[in-house]
Amino acid sequence: MASHYEAPIRKPLVIGDKGYHDVSVDIAAPVEGRANKMWWIVFSIALAAFLWGVGSIIYTVSTGIGTWGLNKTVNWAWDITNFVWWVGIGHAGTLISAVLLLFRQKWRMAINRSAEAMTIFSVIQAGLFPIIHMGRPWLAYWVVPIPNQFGSLWVNFNSPLLWDVFAISTYLSVSLVFWWTGLLPDFGMIRDRAVKPFQKKIYGLLSFGWTGRAKDWQRFEEVSLVLAGLATPLVLSVHTIVSFDFATSVIPGWHTTIFPPYFVAGAIFSGFAMVQTLLIIMRKVSHLEDYITVQHIELMNIVIMITGSIVGCAYITELFIAWYSGVEYEQYAFLNRATGPYWWAYLLMMSCNVVSPQVMWFKKIRTSIVISFIISIVVNVGMWFERFVIIVTSLHRDYLPSSWTMFSPTFVDIGIFIGTIGFFFVLFLLYSRTFPVIAQAEVKSILKSSGDRYKKLRDAGQPLYTIKKNGIVRETILGESDSKNALPEAGNLSLLSTLGSFDAGTQTVDDLKKVKGIGPLMEKTLNGLGIYSFLQLSKLTKKEYDLLDSITEAFPGRAQRDDWAGQAKLLLNNKN
Amino acid sequence: MAATVIHAYYDDDDVLMHAVKRVKAKKLHIEEVYCPFPVHGLDKAMGLEPTRIAITSFMYGCLGLIVSIVMMNYIMIEDWPMDIGGKPSFSYIENMPAFVPVMFELTVFFAAHLMVITFYLRSRLWPFKKAENPDVRTTDAHFIMEIEVHNNEDELKDLLLDTGAVELNIIKNNH
Repeated sequence: MASHYEAPIRKPLVIGDKGYHDVSVDIAAPVEGRANKMWWIVFSIALAAFLWGVGSIIYTVSTGIGTWGLNKTVNWAWDITNFVWWVGIGHAGTLISAVLLLFRQKWRMAINRSAEAMTIFSVIQAGLFPIIHMGRPWLAYWVVPIPNQFGSLWVNFNSPLLWDVFAISTYLSVSLVFWWTGLLPDFGMIRDRAVKPFQKKIYGLLSFGWTGRAKDWQRFEEVSLVLAGLATPLVLSVHTIVSFDFATSVIPGWHTTIFPPYFVAGAIFSGFAMVQTLLIIMRKVSHLEDYITVQHIELMNIVIMITGSIVGCAYITELFIAWYSGVEYEQYAFLNRATGPYWWAYLLMMSCNVVSPQVMWFKKIRTSIVISFIISIVVNVGMWFERFVIIVTSLHRDYLPSSWTMFSPTFVDIGIFIGTIGFFFVLFLLYSRTFPVIAQAEVKSILKSSGDRYKKLRDAGQPLYTIKKNGIVRETILGESDSKNALPEAGNLSLLSTLGSFDAGTQTVDDLKKVKGIGPLMEKTLNGLGIYSFLQLSKLTKKEYDLLDSITEAFPGRAQRDDWAGQAKLLLNNKN
Repeated sequence: MAATVIHAYYDDDDVLMHAVKRVKAKKLHIEEVYCPFPVHGLDKAMGLEPTRIAITSFMYGCLGLIVSIVMMNYIMIEDWPMDIGGKPSFSYIENMPAFVPVMFELTVFFAAHLMVITFYLRSRLWPFKKAENPDVRTTDAHFIMEIEVHNNEDELKDLLLDTGAVELNIIKNNH
């Protein structure tokens, strides 16, 4: 069909011989399976870091901001550095889901879900810093313009810090609904695959009762498009406003008009680097290499290289403008940045952000997973130092040489920063085990144009589908019995009449030991009863379980507790 | 609900599209199609009206803009005008450049959230809502076309099987 046409030169975005059902199975697998040891180890480390951060925050709030390394010259340091760093990281999520949607980039579909999750989790980390810095975080609601008991004491709408409150909260909440709306069909898929009642209930709740009518999909697509259209200027506005926090001040080094575009490019740069870090690990751990391919990694590397180059241009422009302006305070601020006592931080920023992404010009390097991973970490470090350099070097040599000083963080500064990294990973790790980490409904919609199976069919000149005319017909009578499908009721109580007998000629014997709770001995017993396949096991109901217990007389109730039928259904699905 | 409906199952979006076109060509009414993923062009082929949700979003955005202007005009100009840095707040329009960021943010806030709430209510999506898809396979890899039967059961059966339905479920309601 013409609508599924894609130029043969485009590489497949879903590799492997995959149809629609295979996509469901692969995406649901990490959710339905159990966490491995590696996950628990990483989760424990992240949780420990998070708890350290919680301790540091409690110490800060109960003692005061004096526990930080701030002094009267450098009165803004790690708190705002971390805030800007985390907000910046958040930007890639919206960029991937919104801007790439508007540009109809199909490769976004493998990564948008995780990128949006990363956005939300990192904006949460960012939001913590201003709230902690308030000193009395329980009064954080004072930033909201609500009528109050202090007379006409309103918030100041001329202040970029208040614009930030509106920008960040709009950004966080809009990203959240954008993410959740996209999740509904995928939660619906997991709900409908779930065999255990508890899971079914939870995913039913999370899916908001997603049904998938044609009208729902029509609205869903329109809503996604409009949200993308709204989120695109939103994401640009957020970091623009964050940069106003500095650009509207009169501090040399901050008072520059290039800040908004420079900050936005830097945000996308660092955000893509973080997406790269997370997805390179996740594709491996969750076995999603067929969906997050080397092609995806390469495309993200190209974005990193381009935005890194834009950031590099901005650095150089800043230096040029400082010289060209003829303002000696401005000139000194930049000279001090590059050659003053913080030269090492400046050098680190320059080499990590401007030099390191340039290796991506080589195809060998940008398709190498190991190097991509290393560069993504390097970029994240570099972008943290960028904010540190902008903030601390502009402050530490102020108007009076007698008050010139350096900044050194205390263990509390470090603890809160490490804590937010821990918190971020705690959230992301929980997400990766409980959420469909790839937008499977959207992947299915591009499968015929960009899936390997269909590309091969098209290249071979074969049709992508065939109309088979041998459908089966069944009848359901509502109102007479509760059973949904009018299966013939078993007249006698023999097991095989309901489970179906095993035909060695057409069916294959399954390894029943794969079902948890069936050992070699039980397998023999079952074989003795004529049960050889998962198909037969999957039909077990309460009646058959009781019958089975009475025959085997081993561990009564065990089979039902372990949900052999549900397990068998899963195994059956994985087999097909 | 009519006495009898037929659920025709399909396992491919292209086959489904052909089937929808053939059923519509026979001037039959398709009650509903349940899909695991968006099928482009299905709404048009089925004869669904275009959705107006983008229009509501525009109106909500206008509302947000008005709310932000009224709010900041009251707070910054009328209730307690301040003289900040020698720039007194006596006129909204003269002070407007400083209010643009919040005007923009609230426009987006209203347009996005109220549109999504409208979508959830119109498509009946909320926590604890029971899913209404007739078969669990419709969120995985199967499509179901629902057609009411009006004394044409055999004719419909033949037509649907001929369009490549992998399964037909004839639901008789004896209530």
